[in-house]
Amino acid sequence: MAGDERYGRTDGQTGGSSISLSDRPTVHPSNRGEGLRVVGQPLRKVDAVSKVIGATKFADDLMLPRMLYCKLLRSPHPHATILRVDTSRAAALAGVKAVLTGRDLPIPFGILPVSQDEHALAPDRVRFIGDPVAAIAAITEEIATEALDLIDVEYEPLPAVTSPIAALEDTDTPIHDYGDRGNLHKLINLEFGDVGEGFARADHIREDILFYEGSTHLAMEQHAALAEWSPGGKLTLWSSTQTPHYVHRALAQVLELPPSRIRVIATPNGGGFGGKSDPFSHEIVVAKLAMKTGRPVKCTLTREEVFYCHRGRHPTLIWTRTGVTKDGRITAMHVRTLLDGGGYGSYGVASTYYTGALQTVTYQIERYKFQGARAFTNKAPCGPKRGHGTPQPRFALEVQMDKLAHDIGLDPAELRLRHLVPPGSVTANYLQIGSMGLGACIDKVTAGADWKERYGKLPLGRGIGLACSSYISGAGLPIYWNNMPHSGVQLRCDRGGGVTVLCGSTDIGQGSDSILAHIVAEVLGLTLEDIAVVTADTDLTPVDLGSYASRVTLMSGNAALQAAERARDIIARHAAAKLDVPTERVVFADRRVFDASDPENGMPFADAVQTAEAVEGTIGTVGSYTPPMSPGRYRGHGVGPSPAYSYSAAVVEVEVDPETGIITVPRIWIAHDVGRCINPVTVMGQVEGSVYMGLGEALMEEMPHRSNVKNAHKNPSMLEYKSPTTLEMCDVVTYLIEDPDPNGPFGAKEVGQGPLLPVPPAVANAVYDAVGVRVDEVPVTPEKILRALKDKARGKEGRYGPMSFPDIHWPAPTVVPPPWEGGDGRAVTDIRHQGGRRKVSHPERQH
Amino acid sequence: MKPGSLMAPEKAHLTLDVNGERIEVMFARHKTLLEVLREDLRLTGTKHGCELGECGTCAVLVDGQPVLSCLVLGLACAGKSIRTVEGMADAELHPLQRAFADLGAAQCGYCTPGFLLTAEALLKQNPKPTCREIEEALSGNLCRCTGYLKIYEAVELAAAWMRGEQAEPRDEVLYGRR
Ligand code: FES
Ligand code: FES
Repeated sequence: MAGDERYGRTDGQTGGSSISLSDRPTVHPSNRGEGLRVVGQPLRKVDAVSKVIGATKFADDLMLPRMLYCKLLRSPHPHATILRVDTSRAAALAGVKAVLTGRDLPIPFGILPVSQDEHALAPDRVRFIGDPVAAIAAITEEIATEALDLIDVEYEPLPAVTSPIAALEDTDTPIHDYGDRGNLHKLINLEFGDVGEGFARADHIREDILFYEGSTHLAMEQHAALAEWSPGGKLTLWSSTQTPHYVHRALAQVLELPPSRIRVIATPNGGGFGGKSDPFSHEIVVAKLAMKTGRPVKCTLTREEVFYCHRGRHPTLIWTRTGVTKDGRITAMHVRTLLDGGGYGSYGVASTYYTGALQTVTYQIERYKFQGARAFTNKAPCGPKRGHGTPQPRFALEVQMDKLAHDIGLDPAELRLRHLVPPGSVTANYLQIGSMGLGACIDKVTAGADWKERYGKLPLGRGIGLACSSYISGAGLPIYWNNMPHSGVQLRCDRGGGVTVLCGSTDIGQGSDSILAHIVAEVLGLTLEDIAVVTADTDLTPVDLGSYASRVTLMSGNAALQAAERARDIIARHAAAKLDVPTERVVFADRRVFDASDPENGMPFADAVQTAEAVEGTIGTVGSYTPPMSPGRYRGHGVGPSPAYSYSAAVVEVEVDPETGIITVPRIWIAHDVGRCINPVTVMGQVEGSVYMGLGEALMEEMPHRSNVKNAHKNPSMLEYKSPTTLEMCDVVTYLIEDPDPNGPFGAKEVGQGPLLPVPPAVANAVYDAVGVRVDEVPVTPEKILRALKDKARGKEGRYGPMSFPDIHWPAPTVVPPPWEGGDGRAVTDIRHQGGRRKVSHPERQH
Repeated sequence: MKPGSLMAPEKAHLTLDVNGERIEVMFARHKTLLEVLREDLRLTGTKHGCELGECGTCAVLVDGQPVLSCLVLGLACAGKSIRTVEGMADAELHPLQRAFADLGAAQCGYCTPGFLLTAEALLKQNPKPTCREIEEALSGNLCRCTGYLKIYEAVELAAAWMRGEQAEPRDEVLYGRR
């Protein structure tokens, strides 16, 4: 485990950084892991029993008296103008209680302030097959379904944009009337130092073009929402959402109700993975229908509709050019990405930035340039899926690292280990690294897989491949920029010794409710059973921004830690007086409060609470968490910063039949630096689940659209959308690395997303080790392997993958000198060479 | 179907044997067992992920055999014994439920009832299944959270308990390989 002295160091091993780290916290004593009683224990999650007995109420399990059922009419066209919607026949059907069209909900919304481009029901234009157009509330689901057929919609089809390449063309009818150019939603051009000069210093340069296909979350629970309207003027919405706070905002905005009149309760999510992070049409529609009818209204999406809601992985084309010295040091890297965004903005602007943000946090990169573009196309909208925008470029980076290792004759593990980003350093794009356990991760998986003995030495058809990754523990900035905390906790101590923790965080299966209980129990010397957890209810719980970006353990955990420590301090003061000992000597453990030097001198926790309450009144505290400021000050610096970065390394073993290309994966070794396990068995579950999902993407998951058949979704069902069953899932050997981060509660970092990322590139690298061909595209299917093998048999490169990256007219770059070149995190508009000296001028306006 | 029949569909009135209890129930004849359980009997422990027979989430036991309740008509279950997740625990958890809870085999818990019942049917037939047999038996149930690994471990652990053995979870399952 890392020594504490590393924190607060101002420079890394090379490069050094001009950013002062003095404002970074030093390691909290509890982060050292000494004397922890609850944190680190593999305990049952607080909701485990209710889940295994089937008592957990998911959104569709809720039924209210007089409840109506809602169905949505969705567009059969990928792109069309709505000329007329006639609902009169539907409204006349017996049992139909209300009908809505776009006219009833004219105010647009969207998750990002810069992309308010969605309507609950399309008022005048549909942008993909599945775009909602009208809604019915009826006394039964069957009647509501029947009524959909009675709605008459007249469309005038518009030309459909079928691909991001097509989206580059000029158009008179862009999909949206906003964005950076035509159908290009977002264009980014960032340059950290002079990459041209960096490449000139390289001994070896390679360029690669790779493609990462889109995929969807496929959470087992279909989205559902239930709304109830009280004639007193209060709306309540229960929804399977990962982000009740943003749904709250969207409802207030679209329904024009004061937020205090809206209560959003996120029901436990039956899996989320990012697919329930946007405010959705059906959530707003049921609310409006409840207001209109005065009856509760529920909408449960069919599986096909869930495929249309999507917001999944952006299909992404990546061009990447990297220059290295003979020993593999990266002197410059230049990355271009082109994302297929689908019909709406969603989180897309952030997704686009993420395709270029985290390349720098694993291996040192001296100069870095990123150009990213997101296109609108007439397909189901893409958004955040586990890893949000980073698995695609990570695939490219890790495959390219493997190729570079071969080019310069270095072992791929050795190449990576030599150039790890130092802990506590600042990267070229101004990301502040905290703890960094990637070296330990690589050591573990290579030892486990017997890498030195087996890599490059297995018989034809068998191979192993290595890849690494990193992920954020929450974003440094909120979606709506403000100075308020990202997570809040209220805590109340009961006279009976129980403690209630209230937090807006949402349990989507990852165990965030349990994290709150672990942390509070640890600080107050209690057990999980003593803690009641109330979460995800905008009437009862302080705001937590939501279960996305792997932010919850770190952020709500820190808020809970603060609230618990404050409660401990109050109780300790009064207990100390009663026990007649100095407050500093009071210890909380085993449900008792006692003198550290004389454990017999103490009292039950409940008595201590009563003692304090007798003097202070009700014992309640609050805690909140705001991430530290990031050192970046340039336009676009908002995506990438995080309080802490997790690290992962994976070795994948494959078997490839050289005759058929059929690929199987018998085993994966994965190591993940989680900082600290709050609950190891939950961490294990997140690692294994991430590996599983990464394997699905690596081998089979894809959701293409039929460009020749109206851009229809090709596989909107669980049978056609292939995902791994028990029979495709491999053995996984997991190593948990604990390199505590000073910003994490007890040192904890994220685990829910990071371990997905190394899997697809490690599969591709293993295929190369097995049969000597490169599949530069995810998923790595037998067909692609076979084509690469044929390519090789014809004496060619032995590669399958994209051949070109289109010309894109990029905006002028935002130029930011890296920290080790005198940069202060701000952009300069121009960089010129003058006799080898760089002249910096015109600091760009901050925002 | 005519609108009129949607308003007042012909109803079946029958007695179902659910979790060892005979329950009288009236429901529209076209309803699946899934719908009857959830909507008419309010046994919402049985979940759905597709209602097309593709995911296994809705699995219940009918006469001891795992059945996809979204593909069976309620009407067809007259005279058969139906077991849902609500019938597994009494005052104590069923060993499978205990093992799932202890090992984190239920993450979001949405697929869990289907897995529990399918595993219960397996263990009844085969008290000491191999890992391969567990995989085969559960291959019709999708889980997106766990990668199935904790589920296998939980089934093995519960099987040992049910055989009367003093089994404990392996250290590696709880903490990873050291
Ligand atoms: S709900 Fe998916 S198989 Fe029945
Ligand atoms: S635990 Fe979430 S789908 Fe299985």
